Amino acid sequence: MSIMRRRHPLFAVGKYAALLFYLAFALFPLYWLLKIALTPDALIFSEGTRLLPSAMTWSNFSAVLFATDFLAYFGNSLIVSLGTAFVTTLVAAGAGYAFSRFVFAGKKIIIAVMLITQMFPLLMIIAPIYKIVADLGLLNSLTSLIVVYTAFNIPFATFLMQSFFDGIPKDLEEAAMMDGCSRFQALRKVVFPLTLPGLGATLGFVFTAAWSELLFALMLISRNDAMTFPVGLLTFVSKFSVDWGQMMAAGVLALIPSCLFFIFIQRYLVQGLTSGAVKG
Amino acid sequence: MIARPLEPAVPGNSRARRSLYLQYMVEPFYYLAPAVILIGAVMMMPLIIGISYSFQSIELLNPFKTGWVGLDNYADLWTDRKFWIALENTFFWTFWSITFQFLLGLGLALLLNTQFFGKRLFQALVFLPWAVPTFLSALTWAWLFNPVIGPLPHWLVAVGILSEPYNILGDPDLAMWGPIMANIWFGVPFFAITLLAALQSIPSELYEAAEIDGATPWQSFTKITLPFLAPMIAITVMLRTIWIANFADLIFVMTGGGPANSTQILSTYIFTTAFRKLDFGYASTIAVALLAILLVYALILLWLRKKLVRI
Repeated sequence: MSIMRRRHPLFAVGKYAALLFYLAFALFPLYWLLKIALTPDALIFSEGTRLLPSAMTWSNFSAVLFATDFLAYFGNSLIVSLGTAFVTTLVAAGAGYAFSRFVFAGKKIIIAVMLITQMFPLLMIIAPIYKIVADLGLLNSLTSLIVVYTAFNIPFATFLMQSFFDGIPKDLEEAAMMDGCSRFQALRKVVFPLTLPGLGATLGFVFTAAWSELLFALMLISRNDAMTFPVGLLTFVSKFSVDWGQMMAAGVLALIPSCLFFIFIQRYLVQGLTSGAVKG
Repeated sequence: MIARPLEPAVPGNSRARRSLYLQYMVEPFYYLAPAVILIGAVMMMPLIIGISYSFQSIELLNPFKTGWVGLDNYADLWTDRKFWIALENTFFWTFWSITFQFLLGLGLALLLNTQFFGKRLFQALVFLPWAVPTFLSALTWAWLFNPVIGPLPHWLVAVGILSEPYNILGDPDLAMWGPIMANIWFGVPFFAITLLAALQSIPSELYEAAEIDGATPWQSFTKITLPFLAPMIAITVMLRTIWIANFADLIFVMTGGGPANSTQILSTYIFTTAFRKLDFGYASTIAVALLAILLVYALILLWLRKKLVRI
């Protein structure tokens, strides 16, 4: 806004003070996490509230990585999140394509149902889901988590994919179909390459959502070797509630995948959130 | 069921009209079926089963008490003091979370709508909390509030809010502010992103015209920015309120609903009833009550929006 720039110098000072405040507020907790993770055990209590530790160590990280079940949790979470991301994106791409390109009976109802699923408390179905999964004998299986997460994420991912398909001119595939392609061939050869960024963004969103889901994983997984990362970290915390350095090191490691995906999806954030407009 | 694709039929197609018609009717569902089936089986069916649970007694730890009980669960709910405390806490939690998230988010969006050096990097960094998995935000803030390793209690003493550095998460009077703080931290980027997108859609000629006419920045903010943002604000606040009222992760990890139920909100009450007591009937009853409250809320807000916003 050009108005701001021509105002009083106090305006500029206030603006930079505000920028600094937001930056500190956003980063301080993460900085603290990293700081404690890097502080040697001996210094954690004596230097409890110092802003910079007087010595640093990687031992917490190596302890977490090699002396605990951390890597197993990490692997489980990776399987679940990647599985969910790929299946959801595939299914949502199909549904988004149908919403974008067809007019058909029942379309409004299906869209309405999808919107409703974004509104009601998901915890509401935690009990029925537990019973259904238990009756199928699928407790403690990563597959059941993938199926559940996939269903949870489909509505948002579908609206996201629809907005990407809407941005691709219909003429392109019509031309291909004129030239003798079937619709599916046109989709695969013409539309698909153009949607790659959209598919990537959807993958990223779903991955981060699945990566951080805690409550359903707590309910459906109780065996140690099937735990996903959030569940594992939580048991880790309650079991070894004194080993601050290791816990924070585990926390820092948990941040890495989400941050990577976050950087990757940065430029789709505004588009994604406004087109879906219902994302939790 | 009648279906047709948006484009006209391919000319020169000589197949029988009937099979063409059938093909058009079915074709969208080739693409849609997996999504519809999954949502139906994993969300809608359990939703209906869940509602039916609220009229049954289903306690996994007490399998002999299983059966239909009519409205007994609802009668229990009416006399359950914990439910009313949780309801009150839900309002408190949701109201303060959404208020601070919105105000700080609006401020951030307005800042990001101006030009300054290093904006791209700044934006990436302030949006970072949004990418932090919720359980980790909860743990991080729980640690920050811990006087042994976190600085916050000491700072609170320094500014005179606390008399001595203790963990506010253990104080029934203050404990709720812990998860609220974490929620604000986690939720500001969401508001900023949504409001920024709306801000960028306001035509800049309006501001130029206002400036020529001698409007102060405050006047252009209240007369141009706010009216333009109003619909977006209404819809975002509504959706976000519902989402926050349902959001149990932070509280569950930070306090587990304690001390003495002072941070128990309805969604954590649902979860602990299902997860710790395995009392699925009662958990579903609380869930139905929460759903009803949210429904009433959404209807009121939609009605208000229709009355107030005319864009």
